[in-house]
Amino acid sequence: MDRRSVLKVAGVVSAAATALVAMPRLAMAAYTEKAFKSKAGADALQNAYGANATTPSDQVKLKAPDIAENGAVVPVEVQTDMEADSIAILIDGNPSPLALTADIPAGTKGLVKTRCRMGKTTNVTAVVKSGGKLYTASKEVKVTIGGCGG
Amino acid sequence: MSSIRIKAKDRKGMVDVKCLMKHNMETGLRKDKSGKKIPEHWIQDVTAESNGKVVFSCAFNTSISKDPYLSFAFSGKKGDSLKVSWKDNTGATDSAETKIK
Amino acid sequence: MKKIIRNVAFGLVGLSISAASVAGPEEDRQAFRKFYENRFPQVQPIGDFQNGVYSILPAAREQWEAIEEFPPYELSIERGEEIYNKTFANGKSLKDCFGEDGAVRDQYPHWDKERGMVVTMELAINECLEANGEKPLKYKKGAMADVSAYMSYNSRGQILNVEIPSDDPRALAAYEMGKEQFYTKRGQLNFACADCHMHTSGMNYRADTVSPALGHATSWPVFRSKWQAMGTLHRRFAGCHNNIRANPFKAQGEEYRNLEYFVTYMSNGLEFNGPAARK
Repeated sequence: MDRRSVLKVAGVVSAAATALVAMPRLAMAAYTEKAFKSKAGADALQNAYGANATTPSDQVKLKAPDIAENGAVVPVEVQTDMEADSIAILIDGNPSPLALTADIPAGTKGLVKTRCRMGKTTNVTAVVKSGGKLYTASKEVKVTIGGCGG
Repeated sequence: MSSIRIKAKDRKGMVDVKCLMKHNMETGLRKDKSGKKIPEHWIQDVTAESNGKVVFSCAFNTSISKDPYLSFAFSGKKGDSLKVSWKDNTGATDSAETKIK
Repeated sequence: MKKIIRNVAFGLVGLSISAASVAGPEEDRQAFRKFYENRFPQVQPIGDFQNGVYSILPAAREQWEAIEEFPPYELSIERGEEIYNKTFANGKSLKDCFGEDGAVRDQYPHWDKERGMVVTMELAINECLEANGEKPLKYKKGAMADVSAYMSYNSRGQILNVEIPSDDPRALAAYEMGKEQFYTKRGQLNFACADCHMHTSGMNYRADTVSPALGHATSWPVFRSKWQAMGTLHRRFAGCHNNIRANPFKAQGEEYRNLEYFVTYMSNGLEFNGPAARK
C-alpha cells in the first residue's frame, strides 16, 4: 500500500515503474463492483489490476468478428503464449466496458473464449497481465442493425 | 438439473473445456411488458476445479451474453474430474461435475 | 406444302404440350438447383447450401462456427427430449407415435392421401398429442420448437426426399400452390420469396445478406440470435411476410404447409441438419 501511494505522489506511472501490489490470486478474478461498474476502460483496469498503463503486443491474440452478426452474441476469443496471470476483455462502447476478467493459474493455457453483448460499433480490447505488466490487442467490431434477417 | 453443461476433452495433455450455462444474464436495462425495469440478474463468478485444484476462474459483467458460453484449457488428463461452479449477483450458486473424456 | 407445314406445326405444338405435362416438380427442382449452382459456384459440395447464408459468406461463417462450438440450441434439444419422453395422462407418449428417438424428420412433409392434405412434422406432433387427450402446442415457438428440435437433431443426416405421388392430382395441386406462393409478389413491398431468395440471393438488404433458397428447408427448427430462442419454419415464414408488410398466413394453415411442401421438395437430395443456429 505504501509503495503505491509513494509512486502516486511521485507522479511516476510508467509501465515499467508501476509494480503491481501483490493481490491475492482469486481476488483478481472475482467480481468487484468497482471494476465492473467503471464507466471507462482505464478506470476498470485500475480497479481490477491496480494499474492501467498498457502496452500493445502482438503476442496478445484477439479474435472477434469485423462485423458482428448480432450484437447480443458476439464471439470473442483471447489467446496468448505469454506466461499470463490474468486476461480481461474490455468493450469500450458498453456502459461498463469491463466484460470479463479471468485468472490463469500455472498449468492453465492463456486462453478465454466467450460471447459478449455489444450495444454499438466500438473497440474490443483484450488485456493480458503478464510479468506485472498489462499487454493489449484491440480491434473495432461493427454492430449493425437493420434489414430483414436474411 | 444443473444449469451448467460441460464438454471436456483431453487433447494430448491439454484439456479443452467448453461450457454452456443456462442463465438469462439480465442487464437490468430491459423493461417488461408493463414498462417496469427487469432487475439485473447475472452470473458474476465462475470457478473450475480439477483434482482439488482451481484450474480457471473468471468474473462476468452483464455484458456477457445470455446462456453464457465459456471456453478455456488446462493441463490435465482423461479420467480426471472437472467441476464448474457459478455464483450470481443474488448469491445463488450452481455447479456441475464431469469426467474428462 | 401447307398441309405438311401445318402438320409439322401441330406436331410441334403437341410435343410442347406433352412436354409441359411431363415437365413438373422434378424438372422444377433440377432447374432450381442448377440456378444456385451457377449463381454460387463456390459452394462446394452442393450439400453445403444446407448451412444457409454461411455457405456463401466466409466472415459470417466464422462467427457461426464459433457459436457452433456450443450452440444455444442444445438447451432446446434437452427440453425437447424431456417433453418427447414425458408420459401422457393416458400412459402413452410421443414415442408411441414417432418411435423411440423420434428420428422421423425425413417422413415430412408428406402428402396424406386419405385427408387430401400436406402433413408436416409439427402438425403431426400436435395430432399425436390431441389423439392422446393432451393439449396441442402453439406452432411457432416454445415447447413445439423444442420437441421439433429434439426430433430433428436425432434425424440429422437423413436425406430430404419429399414425394409427390403421381396417383393423386391433389398432391401436385398442393405443390403447385406452394410453388405459386414462392414466385408471387405480395405485401406492401411487393416481394416474392423468389425476388429475395433467388434473384437477389447473396446481396444485401441493409445489414443482412439474403440466403439462397436451396437448402432452406434442411435446417429447421432454428435458434435465431435475433429471437434468442428456437422457432419453427412457419414462424419464419410469418416473420418474412411481416418484413415485406404482407399479412402472414396461419402457422400450419394450408398456405404455409403447401409452401413448405414446395420448398422442401426443391431441396430434395440435401441432408437434414436441424436444429441450426442462425442470425
